[in-house]
Amino acid sequence: MTEPIKKSKDYKYGFISDVESETLAKGLSEDVIKLISQKKEEPEWMLEFRLKAFKEWQKMIEPHWGTHSYDPVDYQDISYFSAPKKSTSKPESLNDVDPELLKTFEKLGIPLSEQKRITGVAMDVVFDSVSVATTQKEELDKHGIVFCSISEAIKEYPELVKKYLASVVPVKDNFFACLNSAVFTDGSFCYIPKGVHSPIDLSTYFRINAEETGQFERTLIIADEGSYVNYLEGCTAPQRDENQLHAAVVEIAVLKDAEVRYSTVQNWYAGDQEGTGGIYNFVTKRAKCIGENSKVSWTQVEAGSAITWKYPSCILQGDNSEGKFFSVALTHDRMQADTGTKMVHIGKNTKSTIVSKGISTEKSMNNYRGQVKIMPMAENARNYSQCDSMLVGDECTANTFPSIEVKNNSSTVEHEASTSKLSEDQLFYLKSRGFDEEKAISLLVNGFCKDVFKTLPLEFSVEAVKLIEMKLENSVG
Amino acid sequence: MIEIKDLNVEVEGTKVLKNFNLKIEPGTIHAIMGPNGSGKSTLSKVIARHPDYEVTSGSVTMDKDFNDVDLLELDPDEVSLNGVFLANQYPVEIPGVTNLDFLHSAFNNHCKFQGADEVSREEFEQMALEKIKDVKLSPNFLYRGLNDGFSGGEKKRNEILQMLLLNPSFSIFDETDSGLDIDSLKTVCECLNNAKDETKSFLLITHYKRILDFIKPDFIHILKDGAIVKTGSIELADQLEEKGYEGL
Repeated sequence: MTEPIKKSKDYKYGFISDVESETLAKGLSEDVIKLISQKKEEPEWMLEFRLKAFKEWQKMIEPHWGTHSYDPVDYQDISYFSAPKKSTSKPESLNDVDPELLKTFEKLGIPLSEQKRITGVAMDVVFDSVSVATTQKEELDKHGIVFCSISEAIKEYPELVKKYLASVVPVKDNFFACLNSAVFTDGSFCYIPKGVHSPIDLSTYFRINAEETGQFERTLIIADEGSYVNYLEGCTAPQRDENQLHAAVVEIAVLKDAEVRYSTVQNWYAGDQEGTGGIYNFVTKRAKCIGENSKVSWTQVEAGSAITWKYPSCILQGDNSEGKFFSVALTHDRMQADTGTKMVHIGKNTKSTIVSKGISTEKSMNNYRGQVKIMPMAENARNYSQCDSMLVGDECTANTFPSIEVKNNSSTVEHEASTSKLSEDQLFYLKSRGFDEEKAISLLVNGFCKDVFKTLPLEFSVEAVKLIEMKLENSVG
Repeated sequence: MIEIKDLNVEVEGTKVLKNFNLKIEPGTIHAIMGPNGSGKSTLSKVIARHPDYEVTSGSVTMDKDFNDVDLLELDPDEVSLNGVFLANQYPVEIPGVTNLDFLHSAFNNHCKFQGADEVSREEFEQMALEKIKDVKLSPNFLYRGLNDGFSGGEKKRNEILQMLLLNPSFSIFDETDSGLDIDSLKTVCECLNNAKDETKSFLLITHYKRILDFIKPDFIHILKDGAIVKTGSIELADQLEEKGYEGL
C-alpha cells in the first residue's frame, strides 16, 4: 500500500516499532504448527494437543450468528508466528531485551526496567507472538507465586498446565478457541498457591506490531484454595489499513475459597473513520469457580478494535460461588462491538451480577449479549443484571440481547435494561454552568459508567476514564 | 448592564417574544410577571442560549470590563463563564455525577476562564460545606448524585447553592418560587438579598406576588403576549393581585 493511512482518532499507540522480526510465511498447516512447536522447544504432549485441536478446527465452520458484518477472514493469508529476532529464546534479564523493544514499551507508558517499574504491579509483556519480559520476579518468588509466559510454564510446570489447559475452555468450545488451541504462540501463566494473597497486582500487556500476523495468545490463571489475585490486562496495536485477527483465550480456574479479579482495558486499533483497518478481537474468556465459596469478577473497558466479539463468562460450579461482570463498551466511527457475558449457575446458592454500560457514537454499533443459565441443581441461585445503553448522535445503534434460562424454581433472576439518548437537557444544564460540550459529555458519560469504573483498581480506573474521555473528545462536536 | 433590544424569538415556528425590550442596571432587581404562555421562561432560556430557541432578530448585550459582550454570539457555557446564571425552573437530575464533583468542576471552569488558579477538591469542599449552610441543605447533599432524587425544593436550593458558589453578576430566577414551601421560599429569598450588591443584578420570573413579600424588586414588568405591556414599582404587583392580568 502506498496510499497513506487515513488518520483516525488520535490513536497515540498507532506507531510501528522498528524491531527486526522473524516471521513465519503466511498460511496454516500441520507443518506450520509443528514449526511453531519446534521453535518454542515444546514437549511432545503439547504438540499433540495442538495437532488434535487443528484437526478439530478443520471440521468447524466460522460462526456468523453475531450481528456484525465483516469481510471473511482468509486463514491462509495470516502469518501465525512473529517474534522479535533477538528474543526467540526468553531473555535472562532485561539487559538482554532488544533496546528497541524497551523503547516501544516506554512509549506505551509501560516502563519495564526495574528502577522505573510500576510499584505494586508485576508485568508480563507479550510482543507479537512472544513474551518478552516479566518483571518483579523476586517479589513473586518470595510468595511462591508463579507468573511467567505460558511457553515457559509448559516447560517448567507441565503438570499444572496439563491439568488446567483447556479445562475451562475446551478445545472444541468454539471456532476461534479451537484455532487458538492449535496455534497459540504465547501468553501469560499464573499460579497462586494455597492461601496466598498476592501482595502485588499481576498484569499482562499485549502488543501487536508485525503486519499481516494474527495474535493468538493464551492466558491461564490458576488460583489455588484460599488464594487471591488482582489481574490486569492491557493491549494496543499499530495503525494499519488491513484487518488483523486477534483470537485469544483466557482461562481462569478458581478453587475453593479463592478469588480472582480480572480487569481489562482493551484499546486495540479500531480502524479509521471509513472502517478501514483495525483489529478483529474475537476472544474467548472464561472462568470456572470450581470450589465452594470461590469468586471471580471480570471488569472490562472495551474502547478499541474494529470488531469486538467476546463474552467473559463464569461457570459457577462450586456451592456459594460468585461471579461478577462489569463492562463499559464505547464504540465510535464504524466500530462494531458485540459483547456481554454468560453466567452458568450449577452449584447451590451461587450468585452472579452483571452491569453493562454501552455507549455508541457516530456510525458504530454496540450490542450487549448475555446469557444467564440456572441449572437444575442450583438451589437458591441469584442473578442481577443491569444493561444500560447510551446513544450519542443519530447514526449509531445499540441492542440488548439478554437470554435467561431457569431450570430451578428456587432461584431469583432480575434483569433491568435501559436505552437513552444522551439527554439534551442534561447537556444544556451542564453547559449553562460553564462546561464546554466535550467536558459536559465526558462528565455525563463518566457518570453513566461510574458503577463499572469504581470496580477497577485505582490506577487502571484513572487510565480508563482518560481513555474514554479521549475517545469521546474526538467523536463529539 | 444587560440590554435586550427589539428581541424576536421563535420556538418551532411560533413567535414567542415580539420586539421585547429591557434594560437592567447593575445593583437592581427586576421582576417579570405574566400569565402562562406569555413568554417569561422563553426569555430566560434565550439569554442562557438554549438551542431550541431561535432568535430571529434583536440583540442581548452585557457590558463587561467596559466592553459590550453580545450574548447571542456565545455558546451556553460562554454565557455562564461571562457571569450569567440561570436558576432553572426544572433542574435536571444527573445520577452518577456527584454533586460536589460537579460543583467543583463548575467552579474551576469559572476560575480558569477568569485566569485564576484552580482550587483543589479539598479546599473547594470546605467552601461548599460553608455555603450549603446558607441554603439550609444538609451537607450530605454534596455527596449525592447531582439533583438525583432531590425533592423540588431541594433542587431549587441546590440551584441557589450553585449561584452562591459561582458568584455571577447577573442571575435569572426562572420561577424559582413556584412549588416552594414558605420556609424554602424564605431561604431562597434571603440568599438573594444577601448576595445583592451594587455590582449585581437579578431578574425574577414569577407567576405569583408571594415572592415579593421577601424580595423588593426595583421594577416590575408585566409581560403579555411576548412583550412588556406595563412597567412599574412594587405597587403594580398589588394592582395585579386585585384585577388580574386581564384587568391591566
